[in-house]
Order: sequence, then C-alpha cells, then structure tokens
Amino acid sequence: MGEPGTKELLSLDELEAAGGLRTGRKHVLSILVENKPGVLTRIAGLFARRGFNIDTLAVGPTDDERISRITLTLDGALHPIDQVTKQLHKLVNVLKIRDLEPRETLARELAMFKVSADGVARAEVMQICEIFRGKVVDVTKRSVVIELTGTYDKIDAFEALVRPFGLIEMARTGEIAIARGRTET
Amino acid sequence: MRAVDALMECLKAEGVDVVFGLPGGANLPTYDAFYDAGIRHILVRHEAGGGHAAEGYAKATGKVGVSLGTSGPGATNLVTPICDAMMDSVPVVFITGQVRTDLLGTDGFQEADTIGITMPIVKHSFMIQHPLEIPRSIHEAFHIARSGRPGPVVVDIPQDLSRADIPYEPVTDLRLPGYQPTTEGNQKQIRIAAKALANARRPIIYAGGGVVAGGAAAELTELATSDRFPVTCTVMGLGGFPGTHEQWLGMLGMHGTRAANYAMDEADLICAVGARFDDRVTGKLSEFAPRAKFIHIDIDPAEISKNVPAHIPIVGDAKNIVPRLTAEYRALAAEPGRLEEWWSRIRVWQERHPLRYEDTTDAEIKPQYMIQSLYEATGGDAIVTSDVGQHQMWAAQYYHFPQPRRWINSGGLGTMGFGLPAAMGAKVGCPDQTVVCIAGDGSVQMNMQELATCAQEGIAITVFIMNNGFLGMVRQWQELFWDKRYSQVDMGQWPDFVKLAEAYGATGIRLQDKHTLVDDMKQALATDGPVLVDVRVTREENTYPMIPAGQPARNMVG
Repeated sequence: MGEPGTKELLSLDELEAAGGLRTGRKHVLSILVENKPGVLTRIAGLFARRGFNIDTLAVGPTDDERISRITLTLDGALHPIDQVTKQLHKLVNVLKIRDLEPRETLARELAMFKVSADGVARAEVMQICEIFRGKVVDVTKRSVVIELTGTYDKIDAFEALVRPFGLIEMARTGEIAIARGRTET
Repeated sequence: MRAVDALMECLKAEGVDVVFGLPGGANLPTYDAFYDAGIRHILVRHEAGGGHAAEGYAKATGKVGVSLGTSGPGATNLVTPICDAMMDSVPVVFITGQVRTDLLGTDGFQEADTIGITMPIVKHSFMIQHPLEIPRSIHEAFHIARSGRPGPVVVDIPQDLSRADIPYEPVTDLRLPGYQPTTEGNQKQIRIAAKALANARRPIIYAGGGVVAGGAAAELTELATSDRFPVTCTVMGLGGFPGTHEQWLGMLGMHGTRAANYAMDEADLICAVGARFDDRVTGKLSEFAPRAKFIHIDIDPAEISKNVPAHIPIVGDAKNIVPRLTAEYRALAAEPGRLEEWWSRIRVWQERHPLRYEDTTDAEIKPQYMIQSLYEATGGDAIVTSDVGQHQMWAAQYYHFPQPRRWINSGGLGTMGFGLPAAMGAKVGCPDQTVVCIAGDGSVQMNMQELATCAQEGIAITVFIMNNGFLGMVRQWQELFWDKRYSQVDMGQWPDFVKLAEAYGATGIRLQDKHTLVDDMKQALATDGPVLVDVRVTREENTYPMIPAGQPARNMVG
C-alpha cells in the first residue's frame, strides 16, 4: 500500500478490508462503567438487541466508588468483537473497554460444586479436590461442597472429573480479570 | 426556584424557542411553568404528532427539537417518534412526566417504565432521581442529542421532584466522561483515501443522511466537482448533492435509478460519506458492489465495517473530513480524463434506463406525474416532507432536491403518519418557506389529528394526499410476489378528505384532472392556512425500478 506521505498512487487491489472479523477465540472484555442505576441493563439490553451472546458476566466495585467494573467473556467465533466493543463505546455511561490479551491477563473465576460423595467415592473426590487446590467447605453424609478458584479452563476440567461421581449442583461467578504487570487494565 | 422553573431556564439557555407537547397529570408542574416562561408551546393532539413535529423541526432547522408528554400513555405514545429519531439520527430531547417517587414501582395510575421501554431506542436517557439533577441532565441531554451522531435523548421527571424548591445556577460544565465523539478525521487515512480516489477508474460517491445532518453538503459538492466523480445519495441524503447536477445519478437502492445502482455494482471504489450500507441500499449483501473497495467516512465508529468491511475507514465529522480530502485529492493532480470511459458507461445506463412511466391518455393522474407537477408548481423551492410508501419513493425519484434540509422523511424506521406532523414542525421552524407534505391516503390518517393543531396555530402547510385508495406499497408487493392476492390493502374512498379538512378548520381541495393539475396545485399553495389536497391518482401503479428484496442491484426490474 502506498505510503500516505508520498505522491505514489495507491493500488486498489492492495487494500484489505478491515473489521467485522471473527477471531475464533474467547475474548475477555473488561469494561469500566459509571456506577449509576440502569447501566447494567443498558449493556445487557445492547447485547440482546444486537444478538451478541454473553458467556459469563461479573460485576463489582473498583477502587473508585463512582466506577464499577464489568468483566464479560464472549465467543469471538460467533461475534465480530470490534462491532461489540464499538457498540458498547456508544453507551454514554461506558468509560473504558479493554479487550484483554490472553497472554497479558490474569483471569480467575470462583466456583462451588456440590458432589455426591459417600463411602469410597468421598476419598476420591477429596483427592481430586486437593490436586486442584480446592477447598471442602461443607460435608454431609452423602455429599461435599467444594470451593475452587482458577481459570475458566481449570474449572471446566474439575467439573469434568467430578461429574461422574454425581454433580448435584454447581455455581460459577464468571471470570474477573486484571492485566499483568504495572499497567492498568 | 421550583425545579420546573429551572427547567424553563435550561430550555432558554439551550436556545429553545418552541416545544411540542401535551399535558397530563404527571407533568402538570411543568405546564404550570410554561404558563409564563415565554417559550412557545404548541399543543398537539397526540404525543406521536408532537414527537414527529419536533423531528420535522430539527430536520428542517438543524436545531434540537423538543417534545413533551406525560407519564404512562403520554410516554408510550412517544415511543414511535423516539425510535424514528434514533434510526434517522435526529436530535430531539423528549421530556416525559413520571409518577411521584413514592408511587414508582407500584403500578400507580399512568405509570409506565419509560426509561426501560425506551432504552433500546435512545441515544441516552436520564431518569431523574433528585431535583438537583434536573438542570444538569437537561443540558447534558441537549449536548448528547446534538453532538456526534445526533439522536434522541429522553429525560424522565417524577412529578414530585419537579415541584421541589431548588437553588438554580446555570450549568456551565458537563460531566460526561464516557462520551467523547470523534469529530476530527485521521490525516493519514484521509491521504490514503485521496490516493485511492486518484487511482480509481470507476469511482462513485455514495452519500447519506450524515452529509445533511453534518452540514457538509457544500463540502461534498466541492469534493465531487474537484474531479468528475459521479454522486448518488440514499433516501436520507437527498439534497446533500444538487438533484439537477450533471454528475448526479439519482437515488440508489431498492427504488433507486438503474444508473446509480449499476454504477455501485461496477464501481472499483465507493466513497461512502455519512451512509450506513442499509439493506435497502445493498440488496443481497454478499453480492453488493463485488468489485469495489470502500472508503467509509462516518462520525459513528460502530457504522464502520458493520455491514460492509471498509478498506479505508475515516471516523469523524464529514464537515471536517471532506474538505481535507478534497485538498489532498487536488494536491495529487490525478490524471485528467481518466474517468471518461466510466462516464460514457454511466451515460449509456442513464439514456437507456431513465425513470419512466406510462402516462395516461385521459385526465387520470399518474402518481409520478403528480410529483412532477408538484415540483413544477413549487419551482423546486419547498421543504417537502413525506409519509412512507409508494408516494415517498416517487417523491424521492421525481422531486429534484436542490439543497439539504428540504427533504424530510422517515427513512430508517419507515413510520407511516410521519409526514403531516413533520411538516407542521418544519413550518414552525422555517415560517418563511413553503412547506408541503406528500402523503399517502393510508399514512395520512395515522396522524391526521394534527390538522387541528395546524388550524389552531395558523401553521400554513399544504398536504398533498396521493390517494389511490390502497396501502399502495403493500399492494404492490402482493401483486408482484404474492400472486396478486390482495389481503387487507384496499382502503376504498374513505374518509372524504375534503369534508374532513373543512371539519378541522382547514381548506379541503380535490384534484382529479391531469390537465389542470399544475395550476390547481399552484392555487392550493397560494391558499392561506393549512390546506389538504386530495389528489386522486391511478389506483394500481407500481413503483419502479425495483431491486427485489434480497437480490443484488443488477437484478433490477421494471
């Protein structure tokens, strides 16, 4: 492509269309919003209206009480991520959006699993729990409740392992994330 | 000071000289403040009429329109104008009453969740929760409505809060940290765009409503004439380039000219300015302009690559970008005469496929002839509003808009009933100009009641009803694509529009003779006060040419 500073003409054939691309991977968006009523509704409404499907969503305060952080994950194979972020930017209460680079990001999710565990099974479940650095937070004769933090993938892996024992129920918070190093997310 | 009196001060500070509204229980305090605020208030007969009037005012003047309604049904009646303003980027501030705060959430009388209902169709909205928020919210609402890509902003004020006694000080600072529209285009991108234009053999400028809203019509003409770039406009962009210019190809899209659509189809470079590649323009998206690269200039970054991937995106205000693009282009001194071949191809399309229709041999008026006659009768010098349907497309095809803000219609939402109240608003904003509404006999009945407002306020608009007794566009589709099974489209000859006009205190005229049509129209235009002209036209006439829905432009029929 011709450099903008020169008089050399630009060949149209060399131009590549930008945007609207599907990246094919999971994206973690960290969104700072004004802490005002209805902001989450606006964001959720925008996703519903434009047909974007949120995989996980976590909302909480930041160090500044006027600002909340929304961390949401969505599938870049299904959605044009640039279109998602541009539409989000149009919301007046949205202050900042970061599409977090996977390698530069620390992401964690909290999950709680209630698993059937009597007799022999209990020992096995607790062993798996230990390997995953989970914590048993409740025990009854026939079940245990395990608390686990980690990346989305780790929690998925744990779920796959304990499911055969009888997964009674599971609750997950959705990932929250922060950038590595000194830079602000 | 009462919060509502502070509200009046805010409106005055924003330069508001007229508002359109209808009072009710929840906004009684506001209406008490209007009593001696010195702001002209036009009492509409239905909130939707007021909302569209505010849109017409905004589109004709370029200023922010203001529309008011009470809580509950008052607000829900405003939903259509709000959505219309969103789709067509019209700056309007809607101020709605809300029930008292102690009743909120209790299903109180005339309570509706106005903010919730309108959330998907506003640029932004403010739910007032403390009386002290009122002045700041009003100023922020005006700022958001008019800046960047314009749009509707709703301010919902609970009745008790509007009665509060507050200390009022003019608001001088806005606190909108999350709202900073980009207006200045990137110079590097502009240079790349200029080079692309200089290198193109088959370029075309495709301009939309953003050129009109951004006040960039003169700048666009300058760019187009810096060489001989062919120009086409969307239905929202008409008037953004002179409709009589030799480089003008006519409107593009579903009912655009063949020359415009074929030129888009064969172009190697499309320079889109303030346009959004709507489905009515692109037809089948995967086959749209297959050989073209795209420059896309738009103030809304989310429009870039939304439907069609842009090769050279430039985000910003057209008024800022287009002159810089022209200057960069001129500096390149592109090879003169390189567009000759392109133009000779376009001229062939223009000669082979002009807009045409078969005229009658008797006195019957063809709808296309009606528009041509109106163009002649007004000398092309009028603000023209329209409703939605066949008459809208014929108006877009046959009325050659010489300048921007002369063509006011509902493009995005396609709201029937838009034209009459929009004409009312336009006339209030531009009292010295001739304002006509081209209406359909179906559409006009959807906001007919505003004729009473026009009569009472002496708003002298002339409404020309293209009366074919059908919901014409639907009938056309049923004829063409549904085996002529006319289902619920025949409206017959009801009502008697002449008598109705008289009942409203307007002048009613019926025209059905082609031979005297132009003179009769001139006479109607010269008649004082609101005038309703019932023009009887051919009942079953189709709007052509046409790109069948979901097909590419080269498959145009008719």
